[in-house]
Amino acid sequence: MTSTPAASPPPRRSLGEKSSAEAASLALRKITNTVMLILCYAAALLGIVVLGCVLWFLASQGLRFINLTLFTRMPDAVNMGQGGMAQSILGTMVLLALASVIGLPLGILGGIYQVEAKGRFASTVRFFTDVLNGVPSIVVGIFVYAVYVYPTAQSIQKSGGSGSAYSAYAGGVALGIMMIPTVMRTTEEILRLVPFSMREASLGLGATRWRTMVSVVLPAARGGIITGVMLALARIAGETAPLLFTILGNDLLQTHPVHIAGKTVGVPTLNAPIDALPLRIYNYATSVYKEQQEQAWAGALVLITMILVLSIAARFATRSKVLEEK
Amino acid sequence: MLTEADVEQIQVPTAGKFVRFGDRVYSAVLMLASLSIFAIILSLAWNLTTASMESIHHFGFGFVTHSDWDEVQGTYAILPFIFGTLYSSFIALLIAVPVSIGAAIFLSELAPRWIRTPFTFLIELLAAIPSVVYGLWGIFILLPFLRDHFMKPIANSPLPNVPVIGGLFHGAPIGPSMLSAGVILAIMVIPFITAVTRDILRAIPKAQREGSYGLGATWWETTNKVVLPYARSGIIGAVILGLGRALGETMAVTMVIGNNAPATPTGISWSLFDPGYTMSSALANKFNEASPGLATSALVEIALVLFVVTVIVNALARLLVFYTAKDVQGRK
Repeated sequence: MTSTPAASPPPRRSLGEKSSAEAASLALRKITNTVMLILCYAAALLGIVVLGCVLWFLASQGLRFINLTLFTRMPDAVNMGQGGMAQSILGTMVLLALASVIGLPLGILGGIYQVEAKGRFASTVRFFTDVLNGVPSIVVGIFVYAVYVYPTAQSIQKSGGSGSAYSAYAGGVALGIMMIPTVMRTTEEILRLVPFSMREASLGLGATRWRTMVSVVLPAARGGIITGVMLALARIAGETAPLLFTILGNDLLQTHPVHIAGKTVGVPTLNAPIDALPLRIYNYATSVYKEQQEQAWAGALVLITMILVLSIAARFATRSKVLEEK
Repeated sequence: MLTEADVEQIQVPTAGKFVRFGDRVYSAVLMLASLSIFAIILSLAWNLTTASMESIHHFGFGFVTHSDWDEVQGTYAILPFIFGTLYSSFIALLIAVPVSIGAAIFLSELAPRWIRTPFTFLIELLAAIPSVVYGLWGIFILLPFLRDHFMKPIANSPLPNVPVIGGLFHGAPIGPSMLSAGVILAIMVIPFITAVTRDILRAIPKAQREGSYGLGATWWETTNKVVLPYARSGIIGAVILGLGRALGETMAVTMVIGNNAPATPTGISWSLFDPGYTMSSALANKFNEASPGLATSALVEIALVLFVVTVIVNALARLLVFYTAKDVQGRK
């Protein structure tokens, strides 16, 4: 692939003698050319206007309604719109951490497998990864609901106990599943970029395969893998549909005290309902209260900013030595 | 001379047991990780099926061919939802495909660098924006805009009374509708299809274009008869991948489609102005009201149907892209 512009303007050339039929056909061709050129510009213009309009309103509305209490306070049940969404922002971070616990090891190991293994089974795994990548997020949410949340709820009801089946765990598992294919594909792609000579040198020195991978290939590809991880996090940070069925939402961040080194620290309770920023945006956007709608815009700006920071940080992480040499 | 006993004494240098053990563990761990992908997909299919067994037994194939979803009566069927999913995705592609291909051609063939770079950045940015944010934008910006500048003028014009195409514009122009769902979906898949198509177009060897120009073809003739045919299957793959996204899209659609069955006996209306449901928006909406048992089982069956549909669509797209990629490489 070249980075030079592939575009060539319509060639202008002087034309020799031609019959009137040829001239007419040439005129027609030129008119068609101009019309299609204009249509093409129009399509691009329409695209850029609509997309620009989306961004413009998100930025302007978000900036109008954003304030500090959004980050410092939790929703105020009495005075609508007086509080903030601190618990949602924290909840999203908790969920991202939980998702990483599942998604990172499986995704990175799966990516390494794709590079090391050959043959029919490896390509079948790749195909399944693509399939998993295409499964709608809401289906993953229902899956976790059917496997974990629903049975737990039934057993809680039967035993007459209190507590909720909706939990940060369930949400983290759903997001973690969605993370695996993204991390796996980017890891694989980046590992393939590591020059084969490096691997051969290591193997030639007598290193085993796992030692070669851990000490030579992975360090060389570290930046790229971090990029993949961040892009995967950026992708799942905004997911809402699977959370509808798994975390329920919460006006508080439930914590329980844990004693560490003589101090008592409040740790987020993972088997209780938790809140997430995209879920809060959804609830507020569909709310009838004007204050909550305004908070939804502000929350959306915070969410996009989080995602943008992750994506941009991901680009910087890729600038490792190996990839620049390529 | 060495005797046989001596030969047996010779130590052949081999990797130590520990070393071999390490590589075996390494392969086993990798194998386990890749098997987890299988496990997840199979368990997804298996659990969705078992959890919806009650509904499958109860309604059989009628679940996808009948129209009544009634919690009170206890009858569940999803034909209108399936229709809504297909119809809204169709509207989305109808809008998105020409715009995306036009924009991709513009980006790869026409645009100077100073436009191309920010435009590409914008597209990547918009592809990263979550669906719930598009939904928010849809509720407060797109719905009022469509209602005031598109739906109302059409409703007041004689267009709804024209036979055949008038049927597309029946109903009250209140905003939440199949049209707005299609438009928001289009806006969401445009960045995706544009980005993929642009990559495909840029991968076409320059010599192909130069050959065409050299024969005296105009820019459009080159694009239409050389560039696009070369990229055709790749573009179709990109469009099908976009379709896969549109089919499963939940939040943005839920927020603008109205979530109401249109007032027709079958619950199916071709009118763009009528509200509707898609499979995923029905899931998101009806979930809170569902009581345990049959209702929940029916909801899970919606997810199962959606899963099957998207897996088929995605598999088709991947196979297409896979075979055409081979094809293009062969031709190079």
